[in-house]
This record gives sequence, structure tokens and C-alpha cells, in this order.
Amino acid sequence: MSESTEVDESEEVAAPDPQPEPPTRFGVPLSDSLGVSTIHPSPEEWLGVAEAARAEGFDHLTDLTAVDYLTYGAPRGLPDGINAERFEVVAHLSNVSSRERLRLRAQVPADEPTLPTLFDVWPGAEALEREVYDMFGIVFADHPDMCRILMPDDWVGHPLRKDYAVGQIPVQFKDEGMKR
Amino acid sequence: MSLTEISAERVRRRGDDSAVLRMSDAEAAEIGNDPNTPDDDQRVLLNMGPSHPSTHGVLRLMLEMEGETVLRSKPVVGYLHTGMEKQGEQLSYLQGCTNVTRMDYASPLFNELAFSLTTEKLLGIEVPERATWIRMMMCELNRMASHFLFMASNGMDLGAVGMMIYGWREREEILRFFEKVTGLRMNHNYIRPGGVAADLPDDWQLDVARLLEIIPPRLEEYDTLMTGQPIWRARLQGVGAMAPEEAIALSATGPLLRSTGVPSDLRRDEPYLAYDQVEFDVIVGTYGDCYDRYAIRLNEIRESIRIVRQILDMMPSGDYRVQDKKVTPPPRARIDESMEALIHHFKIFTEGYKVPAGEAYAAVESPRGELGVYIVSDGSSHPYRMHVRSPSFINLQSMPHLMQNGLIADGVAIISSIDPIMGEVDR
Amino acid sequence: MGLIGDVKENGLEGLEYNFVTGQVESLVQWARTRSMWPATFGLACCAIEMMAAGAAHYDLARYGMEVFRASPRQADLMIVAGRVSQKMSPVLRQVYDQMMEPKWVISMGVCASTGGMFNNYAIVQGVDEVVPVDVYAPGCPPGPETLMHAIFTLHEKIQTGEILQRRSDNGGGAGITIEQRDGQSAPLEIRGAR
Repeated sequence: MSESTEVDESEEVAAPDPQPEPPTRFGVPLSDSLGVSTIHPSPEEWLGVAEAARAEGFDHLTDLTAVDYLTYGAPRGLPDGINAERFEVVAHLSNVSSRERLRLRAQVPADEPTLPTLFDVWPGAEALEREVYDMFGIVFADHPDMCRILMPDDWVGHPLRKDYAVGQIPVQFKDEGMKR
Repeated sequence: MSLTEISAERVRRRGDDSAVLRMSDAEAAEIGNDPNTPDDDQRVLLNMGPSHPSTHGVLRLMLEMEGETVLRSKPVVGYLHTGMEKQGEQLSYLQGCTNVTRMDYASPLFNELAFSLTTEKLLGIEVPERATWIRMMMCELNRMASHFLFMASNGMDLGAVGMMIYGWREREEILRFFEKVTGLRMNHNYIRPGGVAADLPDDWQLDVARLLEIIPPRLEEYDTLMTGQPIWRARLQGVGAMAPEEAIALSATGPLLRSTGVPSDLRRDEPYLAYDQVEFDVIVGTYGDCYDRYAIRLNEIRESIRIVRQILDMMPSGDYRVQDKKVTPPPRARIDESMEALIHHFKIFTEGYKVPAGEAYAAVESPRGELGVYIVSDGSSHPYRMHVRSPSFINLQSMPHLMQNGLIADGVAIISSIDPIMGEVDR
Repeated sequence: MGLIGDVKENGLEGLEYNFVTGQVESLVQWARTRSMWPATFGLACCAIEMMAAGAAHYDLARYGMEVFRASPRQADLMIVAGRVSQKMSPVLRQVYDQMMEPKWVISMGVCASTGGMFNNYAIVQGVDEVVPVDVYAPGCPPGPETLMHAIFTLHEKIQTGEILQRRSDNGGGAGITIEQRDGQSAPLEIRGAR
């Protein structure tokens, strides 16, 4: 369970640089977010990184969710070389025996919101991915049952997207200016 | 490959041999009209819920049955979907606890605790020692109350209707103490970012000591009523058994994972609050069946009593909330005499305090498993995104695998032993 | 109730007349309030308090109401305990439609009554958009005492109200029409006109 920083063999070796090598893990950029190791795979690397992480002992997919960064105004905390996209799928892994935790953040573009499913790596991803699909409209390719889970089957739209209205009915003494 | 590893492969199946019935309502409705269905097909699709007395609220099940045997099943959730994650984006960090406390309504304080810990992580503040210990004591009492609710509903689901009355009798005692401390029986909004809402009342030691005195003998009554009773054992032992590899692969946590023998408890593995300063045992099972899950919860009540007893002796004095002007409103007495305090109070309660941009995840061991809150802040006074990793929602995935090839009557025992709280499943 | 004491001691002979006169209406109302069976329709937090009201300490059995029926066909009272989501509202209406007349609805808690703090896409803003409500119990969640007060309020409402004429204006009721046997008078509709 060492803090491996080796670069994946398939990745091209970067040209000699006076700057220290940016930290990586499983061949993808690694950053630290309030003490939690965070890795940033691309959608193409998503499945491979997940398999590598499981092989290294991260046997428990603790959480999987997404964030819609459409109206986000602050810096995103992404390492160099990662292009910020509208959607970000966030997974939390843990190692049940060593209690090490790892966070995966994948940038998912708005025009093609697709990621490969993690079902074959951790079957526990099934309901979580369905929830992300229901709430954000991010499709998990090859998922065994990609359908809505919380909203009714005929619901239109994905509620947790930032361009989806909260659906408030007007309330007395609370004008528009007070709403966010 | 060991037997348990083979069974772990079982949960990865995708096709008709999977335990999960992956079928939509529309497809289910089509089956009857399908001319290709053989006439001698013995399988029946059965709907159970969402308004059903043994589904713990509004859980709905689609069951594929052959006789009384469950072949495949699918939990259909969302009937209590409240949009809490979206609502959490509308509410400030101070108001956030009112929102999350209504998620897992059997153990509301844990929701508040997870939300507060995450917010404090983003704020980078340290909570005073007394607040930490108050939080710990209230949460352990809440764990007891939640497990008593489990004892009551589990007993009733299995036909031990008297347990319903006994479980509630003990729970009421704890709720009465909660009402004294927080003002409410449930949905307390007591644990807030920066500490707790109010200090403990003056004679709290007496109340807690009384609880610790009356509850242990009543647990002995439970033992007499259920633990050794042959009918109870016959209904639970060997029902809904699971291997540790399966439970881990399905992301299970809490008593469901511990019943398979995996000693996973965040209180010990990643101590939050002051759990590293108290002594307690992590209760694990052996067979991963419904009986183990019952026994784990019963003995966790005993461990909680042990923890609370230590807290009673070790409760430090000091502030019950952080003295950081940014997050803590000024005391009531100051508002009467100082204009600045009044403005400050008004600002905190209308606009809220700003939380530095970033993301954080904090998890606590709720009575149902790992309850985590993931918050993304954009530097404003409202969370940009608030996500809750609810243990009930994820543990519910194990249900089809536990139910497969069992009897429908055992299905009721299995639902009950997972102990899902639908408010938390659907959020 | 001196009469009852006499009956206990002397049997019916002690009575001047062997019957008691009264209105059928008040007898029906009395009977209805004394054995009102609620349907289990627990949804969220309030359901826990509803169970607490039925359990040892608060003991709803004192009012003949401890029998929570799982089947709506055997229930008279629907206590909508908790927030009603958009996905649940058709189910709620179906359960209500399956209940036999006369039937009553208590909306327990602010979420059921108005949507409460959840003013968003997922929650029906008041269960009265789906079924007609007789009594609203405030609180989040209402304690068992509040629920009992709501039940007493409903009892009072039943005892002072009409026994047949209900629910004409809000579209409630089973809509059962009883043809008069003599073929002359107009059909009696339970849904009724107020």
C-alpha cells in the first residue's frame, strides 16, 4: 500500500524538465485535497484506474456521485494538464483492511456525458451509478440496468443539474431576490 | 478459488441468473401480453409495496417467484424522494442541519454530525472538547434509540408483536432525555457546525445515570424473550446469509458488513470525535445471517451503554460551541446591549457565514453503516453541492442477493434485518 | 348514566320502557368515533411518531384505534404521516380510493400539510392537492400528543357533522350510487350534495 508515484509504462515519458515531476498514482495526476489523496483520471482512463486501484487493495467503493460545475465561480483545485469540464464524477474508494482512502475525480464533458461503468469492478456501483444517471444524466456505458432510480420513469430532466429549476412554488414574504 | 470468492462472483452476474431482477414496470406489464410466454411457466411476478406494513415505510419490491421461493427481486425506491441534495444547495450551512436531520429520521443526530464534521473540515475549525464529548454522548444515546426501534420493528415483522411495545418503551425513555436537551423528540438540529446548539441541562448526569440503570436489565428481558427462543432462532438463523467478499463487493457497511465477520467500524478504524479515548468493542458476526445482524445490534446497545458510562465520568468542562465569531452567533445577553452583536446575529442567521472553496468528505458510523457527507463549496454561504452517502441506500443493494432462493416469508426478515430507513434511501 | 346502573342491578325490568330513544344519526356518529381504524400509511419521520402514539407510552388503544390496518379496505382513517413525493402521490390516491366510505384523512406534519421546508420539485406541496383532508396536524414532526389532539378534533368533527353528506365540492368520496328500489325517488348518491 505504498504511496506509489510510478508512471504507467504506457504513458509517454515527459521531456526533461527543471520542474519536479508532478505526482501521479496509477499513471494519472495525483493531488491532495484537505488530506485526501485525489486522482484525476480521464473518462478513457476511468475503468483502467479503477481496476488498478482494486488490484492494489481498494476493495470497497464507498461512494460515487457527480457534481455539475456549470455555475461554479471558484478555482476547481485541479492539477495542471486536467481540463475542467462541466460534470465531474467523484468516487470514494476505501481499503477495508488498511482503511486507506482514495478519491477519484473524472471530468465528463457536457456534450458527451458518458463514462464506462464500474459494475464489473465493484458491483456495489449499480445503484450509485443509476442515481447519478437519474440526477445528472450521465450515462454509464455497459451498465446492466441504466434507468432512473429515484424519480418516476417518465420524469423529464435531471434534477441536480444546475440548469434545472428547484421547482419552488412562490411563498409569501420571500421575494425573488432572496432566492439563490 | 475459495467458496466465498465464488459466491462473490455471484454478485457480478448480469443476466437472468443474477439475483437482481432488472426489469422496468413497463416490461413487467408486457409479460402477460407476450404470446411467447410458455403456458407451463411457473414463475409469477409479484409486487410488494410501496404501502406495505413490513417494508419499513415506502420500499417497493418486485419479486419473481416460483411457488413461495423468491428467484429474483428488485427493490424499487424513490417513493420518498425529497430532493434534499437540491434543497441543501438552497440552504446556508447553518440551515443545512435542519435539512439533513430529516434524512435518517431514526438516528437524526448522526446526519447532523456528518454534515457538521464536513463543514468544519472545510472551515478548518477545531471544536471545543466539551462539544465533542456532548456530541459523542448524544450520538451513542441515539444509536441506542435507533437500535431499539430496530428491535421493535424486527420483532413485529417476525410476529413477536410484543417486542413492538417493549422496544418503544425503552426508546421513549431516551427520547424524553433528548427532548430535555434539544427541545425535540426527533429532527433535533442540535449538532451544528462549530459545536452543539445548547449546553446540557443542569442535572443531565442524573438523567443519563437513570437511563444507564434502567436499560441493561431490560436488555436481559430481550434475551429472555428472543435471543434463546427456539422460534426466534428458527426464523432468523441461516436466513439471508452472506459472505464477507460479497458484502464488500456490494459496498455494504455497518451491521450488514460486520455480520459477515469483517470488523469494520469507523469509530475504531478512523476515529472521529473522541472515540480513540473511550473503550468499546466492535461486535462482529460469523455467519452473516439475520440472526447475526440482530445479535450485533443488541450487543451494540450494550457497547453504547459502556461508552456513555465512560463519557459520564470523562465529560470535560468548557464551551459547548467554538468561540469563533465567524460561525458562532453572539450570546443572547450580548444582543440586548450591543448593536454590533445584534447585527452580527442578524447577518449569521440571514446570510450565513462563508465557507472557503474546496471539497471535503467526512463520514461517521451511523447505526446503519458509513454515513458520509460530501460538500463542494464555492466560497459562498451555501454549499455548491451537498451529497450524502447514505448507508441504507447502498445496503439495500444486497437485498436481492440475500433473498435469492429463499422463501417469501424470510424476505420480510431480510428487509427488517437490513433496517433501511426510507428517508435516507431516497433523500 | 343512572340508567346503566339500574340495568346492571335489575336487568331490563328496572327500566320503565325497554328501549332508549335517540337519533340514528347520533348513534352512528358515536359508533364511528369509537372504533376508527387507521390505515398504515407511514411515509417518513411522522410515521415514527405515529408508531410511538400507538405504542406503550401513549397507547392509542384507549380510543379504540390501535388496530392499524394494512389493507385500506378495512380502514376508516388515513393518517398521511410524512412528506408525499411526486412519485408517491398516485399511490396515495389509489390507497385512498380503495378505502370504504365513510373515510377521513388526517394530514400529519407540515410536510404533508404544505410541503414544509421542502419547497422543491420532488415534494407535493400539500397532500390536499391529492386527497381531501379533514384535519391538519402541525409540527415537524408532531409529537404523539399533537396527533392525539388531531384525532380528537376529528372525533368532534364527526360527532357534530352530517353522516351522509360529504365531499361534494372537492371530488372525494367513493362515488357509489344506490338505486332506490321503488323506482320513483331519485337515486341516493353517497358522494352527496352539501
